Amino acid sequence: MDESTFRKEVADWMAARLSGRFACLKHRGGPGDEEAWPALRKEWEQEMAAGGWVGLGWPQAHGGRDLPLALQLAFHEEYVRAGGPGRIGHIGETLLAPTLIALGTPELQRRFLPGIREGREYWAQGYSEPGAGSDLAAITTRCWQDEDGNWRLQGQKVWTSLAHESDWIFVLARSTPGSAGREGLSFLLVPLDQPGIEIHPIRQMTGEAEFNSVFFDGAVTDADCIVGKPGEGWKVAMALLGFERGVSTLGQQMHFSHELQLLIDAARANGAARDPVIRQRIADAWIGLRGLRDNGLRMLEEDTGSTTVRPEALIYKYAWSNWHRALGELAMDVIGVAGDVRAGEDAGSDALRRLQQVFFFSRADTIYAGTNEIQLNIIAERGLGMPRG
Amino acid sequence: MSSLALNDEQRALRETVADFLAGHGNARKEADSDAGLWRSIAELGWAAVQVPEEFGGLGLGAVELALLMEEMGRSLARTPFFATVVLAQGALLHAAGEAARQRCLPALAEGTRSATLILGPGLDARAGSLTLHARRDGEGWRLEGESAQVLDGSSAELAYVAARVEGGDGVALFEVPADAAGLQRTALEVWDLTRPQAHWRFAGVSLDAAARLDVPGSAAAGLARAQALAMLQLAAEQVGGAAQCLALTTAYTAERVQFGRAVASFQAVKHRCAEMMVRIETARSVVRGVAARVAAASLDDAALAAEAAAARVLATEAYRYCAQEAIQLHGGVGFTWEYDPQMHFKRAQWASQWLGTPRLLREALAAQLLDAA
Repeated sequence: MDESTFRKEVADWMAARLSGRFACLKHRGGPGDEEAWPALRKEWEQEMAAGGWVGLGWPQAHGGRDLPLALQLAFHEEYVRAGGPGRIGHIGETLLAPTLIALGTPELQRRFLPGIREGREYWAQGYSEPGAGSDLAAITTRCWQDEDGNWRLQGQKVWTSLAHESDWIFVLARSTPGSAGREGLSFLLVPLDQPGIEIHPIRQMTGEAEFNSVFFDGAVTDADCIVGKPGEGWKVAMALLGFERGVSTLGQQMHFSHELQLLIDAARANGAARDPVIRQRIADAWIGLRGLRDNGLRMLEEDTGSTTVRPEALIYKYAWSNWHRALGELAMDVIGVAGDVRAGEDAGSDALRRLQQVFFFSRADTIYAGTNEIQLNIIAERGLGMPRG
Repeated sequence: MSSLALNDEQRALRETVADFLAGHGNARKEADSDAGLWRSIAELGWAAVQVPEEFGGLGLGAVELALLMEEMGRSLARTPFFATVVLAQGALLHAAGEAARQRCLPALAEGTRSATLILGPGLDARAGSLTLHARRDGEGWRLEGESAQVLDGSSAELAYVAARVEGGDGVALFEVPADAAGLQRTALEVWDLTRPQAHWRFAGVSLDAAARLDVPGSAAAGLARAQALAMLQLAAEQVGGAAQCLALTTAYTAERVQFGRAVASFQAVKHRCAEMMVRIETARSVVRGVAARVAAASLDDAALAAEAAAARVLATEAYRYCAQEAIQLHGGVGFTWEYDPQMHFKRAQWASQWLGTPRLLREALAAQLLDAA
């Protein structure tokens, strides 16, 4: 299909459907704003599913559309351009589903992919623990099989985004007693609504609670709810993280672009745009976004034949998270003392609310999914071949 | 969406250039090695990459030229390439009329002649910054004024000179032989020995009518476009220099042992090398992206200026950071004449001031972003 025709198709669909009762979702949701209308956003996910916009890159055999990369990128750009709300089904659609398609059994694929594709089942990610953050392999949550073969789990996961809105969680747990590090782990799929699981929200510095502690006390799941073999969990968990740098990257950049435009509008409105230092910093923000964009395009397009190390992919998380954090600081310097006052929920406060969210929530950007410090270690060791410390 | 991926020919070109320059680098050799290196580069056809085939060139584009420039920056090659190919050819391609291009470009593409470009200080193309004046003199022209710092000013055989035309005719582009009567050239003692400069005084230089190359009224816009494209190529060169700083540093710190372990194993050192890589790869991505869009002719003049400015700011900051960190992480030897970081430090400083400083480039972008009606 022709890309511009496809873009128009997306834009037309968004204009028609992101209206009426869904209109309040424009530019809402996503990291830093997950408390905005979660129930309505799930209905929106089903609207999208019915429109055929979930699983664009999945193989047709699994109910996807198998669209080429360029069209997937076009979709994400048009989606954000139209103000499409932050996705609540992305953990299932972009992380678990590709993992199941690559490493899951046909039975698991048949059981779980339709629920994700149709926007009926939502997923959370159970990796981090109180004692296993940057050192993820230090996981102590245990799992074992009962006599009937069912899996049982005991332990605690933490920083679990959207667990309170999810139906299922994929969990990395230790199945070999006495094992340590990357050995002896298994990757289990566990229903959240059961007596053996308690979900406690964690209030973050923004005052909201987007992530949780998830306690497993003899929680249970079916014998076949495991991806890979027992003991191969680390390999599966890492494969899943490999899908994280997917095509949604450029959609994220459209969000950033929208935030930068809000900042520019604010600076023009309150006169900060005349301050020579603010002008330099706004130009730098624009330049940095060009850097993210071309880096993202290079990451998605560059030949894979010439080298195994992809420097542009290695640096990407560090680059975008630090750019975003600096954007938040700049936003608050533009807003000035008015930034002290928490923005309301009314439509007239949309821009101020979003910019305040960028400032506060971006402090998490440089911590989750590999802290700045871990990212620099990875870049030095994998990208530059420097010795492990 | 133009692809950032290199094709097989482009990858092969990059490897050929890198191999050649690794064996023929001259940054530390006597100056008389320069002529030989330039001859070899010309024989390899690299001076012809961006020149259209109708003018005796290879008809390739910004992507191939950027690959060459990145390798030149890495090796700190001291050649007329930047002034002749990037600057002089660029001015001819974008600001000279058809007949002038036909006449002047083949010799520059063959590399049989070396040339330079004179704009305002620091290669500023804006009319208000030009320091030379042209006055009608019978059928021809007479040039007056000074250019304080001309790149390759002692070695270039030709100069392409932007001058303000007295009597309100705007900006004109002239070809001036370096041995023209009335032209006084004085070599300058510069810190960056790989970027020689000279002071030029035009004490009434007489030129015939054919020396004016532009189509009247079009030179200013053409020079602005040439300047933006030169910014992109300078950014590519800066990325190469920055990458070499990082390569030198990781190699040195891997060998240097203190406290019984390689210095490279200390996290404080690793993190700074990683930071260098982040800046280099970000700048490289933008250079690659802008070059691809230039090659695909998908940028209008305003977009080209903005995107080239982004590439230049990122590359300038990356190169300065990497050169400074290379000295620091080499420790004492980083401060010596014998080790290479000091040469990159000087080149990085040179490059930060020509073709627009980061501060000016940011302000120009801010005006586009903030001051529109």
